[in-house]
Amino acid sequence: MSNTDEKLTANAAIAQVLDEGTKLDPNLLVITCDSRGSAGLVQFTNAHPDRTVEMGIAEQNAVTVAAGLAHGGKHPFVFSPASFLAMRSIEQVKVDVAFNKTNVKLVGISGGNSYTWLGNTHHSLNDVAITRAIPDLEVYQPCDKYQVKALFKYLINSNKPAYIRIGKRKLDNVYHEDFNFVPGKATMIKEGKDVCLISTGETLFFTLQAAKKLESDGISAAVVDLGSIKPLDTEMISRLAQEFDNIITVEEHDVINGIGSAVASIAAQYAHAKVNILGFPDKPAIQGTQDEVLAYYGLDSEGIANSVKKVLSK
Amino acid sequence: MNILELRKKAVQLRKRTWELIYNHKNGHTGSDLSCTDILVALYYNVLNQTPETVGTLEADTYIQSKGHAVEIWYEVLADKGYIDRDDLEKGYSTFNSPYIGHPTTDVKGMEFHTGSLGHGLGLGVGVALAAKMNSLKKHTYVLMGDGEQAEGSIWEAAMAASNYNLDNLTAIIDHNDLQITGTTDSVMRSNPISNKYEAFGWNVIEVDGNDLAALIHVLTSENNTGKPRLIVANTVKGKGITVAENRADWHHKVPSQEEFEEGIRELDAQMEALNHE
Repeated sequence: MSNTDEKLTANAAIAQVLDEGTKLDPNLLVITCDSRGSAGLVQFTNAHPDRTVEMGIAEQNAVTVAAGLAHGGKHPFVFSPASFLAMRSIEQVKVDVAFNKTNVKLVGISGGNSYTWLGNTHHSLNDVAITRAIPDLEVYQPCDKYQVKALFKYLINSNKPAYIRIGKRKLDNVYHEDFNFVPGKATMIKEGKDVCLISTGETLFFTLQAAKKLESDGISAAVVDLGSIKPLDTEMISRLAQEFDNIITVEEHDVINGIGSAVASIAAQYAHAKVNILGFPDKPAIQGTQDEVLAYYGLDSEGIANSVKKVLSK
Repeated sequence: MNILELRKKAVQLRKRTWELIYNHKNGHTGSDLSCTDILVALYYNVLNQTPETVGTLEADTYIQSKGHAVEIWYEVLADKGYIDRDDLEKGYSTFNSPYIGHPTTDVKGMEFHTGSLGHGLGLGVGVALAAKMNSLKKHTYVLMGDGEQAEGSIWEAAMAASNYNLDNLTAIIDHNDLQITGTTDSVMRSNPISNKYEAFGWNVIEVDGNDLAALIHVLTSENNTGKPRLIVANTVKGKGITVAENRADWHHKVPSQEEFEEGIRELDAQMEALNHE
């Protein structure tokens, strides 16, 4: 028996849900681009060859063919490194998936900086920016195995196109087994009164750690999970922008047009909260392990805590 | 329809298309006239599809990858009762109309947005693969341009169609040897196109793409090869109207009043001749 608190990668959690999904949905398919290993889907594809379509190293065609398969009644989940799926294939995502409103789920694996030493060609620091700019495309970035599982249960039942960005690390648990995923709903994970921190995906846990560190310095930080990037919880962000003097967003993404921009565009309507965006700068990223790089850009728990203190001391 | 009726239908639809483009001062005239016979063959004698069944899992799917030749497609859909011809002829290229310069799913009969070139074949691969997985007899047809063959995504799709032995997929290239800048050989040589698709594992058949008898013969024959089928339809860009024939600059040129009237006279003469056959 596995320990229910055991940490899982997003890949492993997804594979479990999709395996169960094959029993619920006779049309569920997994589309791979010579990427079944990276996606943690070898066990799935071995168990379900009839639910697997291999497209080879051809991400553009994989997205287009998935749109055709969806038109033919199938429910494809396309897996490819986020850097290729969200950028090389973006016109296919826009035209074939979004314009046609085909039921295609695009899973960008190894997102952010998670490919570490493989370098900038393999990192995905602009995928949220470009996918959230496409009409009718939902965008999600789950933070732990419970959210991954709840999100993918929703995705199996949804007929809307979506892009989901995941990373590679074993995820610390933020939620519990009973977590219920609702698209367009942000979650207040920790209450606080001095500052509001908003994050998504793998950096959410570091943000939570930062908030705990800040408690010992007498700073009460609220932490909000923005796992649903689009649809965006504009109601909650509007409320936060009126309640707090400072909102600080944290993401493993370029500072341009990620969740920081999404939050700022809502908060700007209230001319009250200042929004500071923590992310990767608008230049090629430095190379290192994911932890080294996140620390370098101040996106580990210590860096986030320091940024919060700096903002509040202004 | 018999071949004579199909030939008359092609002249009638060329005339409506010519009028639509002239009246609204917009359209890909040369491209429309080039592939008119291919659309007539498909819609009147080949496709297992009606306005009631289009888009269902069982009905045949037609994907027009060369989306710019949309005016002839609108006229075919209007003639076949998918869309209202008055709506089309009043609404084409007007504010908030679904009848614009490239296909969208807002128009009944059009199952995909196309116009960005190089997407149609991959969509066809997906639809045909789904039909195989669903054990359906449906057939999928994709019409491409020859200039479009420069798009790399087509070759990804060509490889996948062959890899999955999609003998329920027929691609057609409207092979008129011209694109907007000039001859395809001068812009980006794709010839000999048949050899390339054969090397990719396709069953390739060349045909006169403005000869309805030849088109019907090929399109209604069984593909027993186990391979996806490509029909290289050798056509004349601007076919049927002398001033527009074999001219790259007629890719999306709108006729002047004089050219329009001369074109109408020519098409009327063609119809008159067919009425005496």
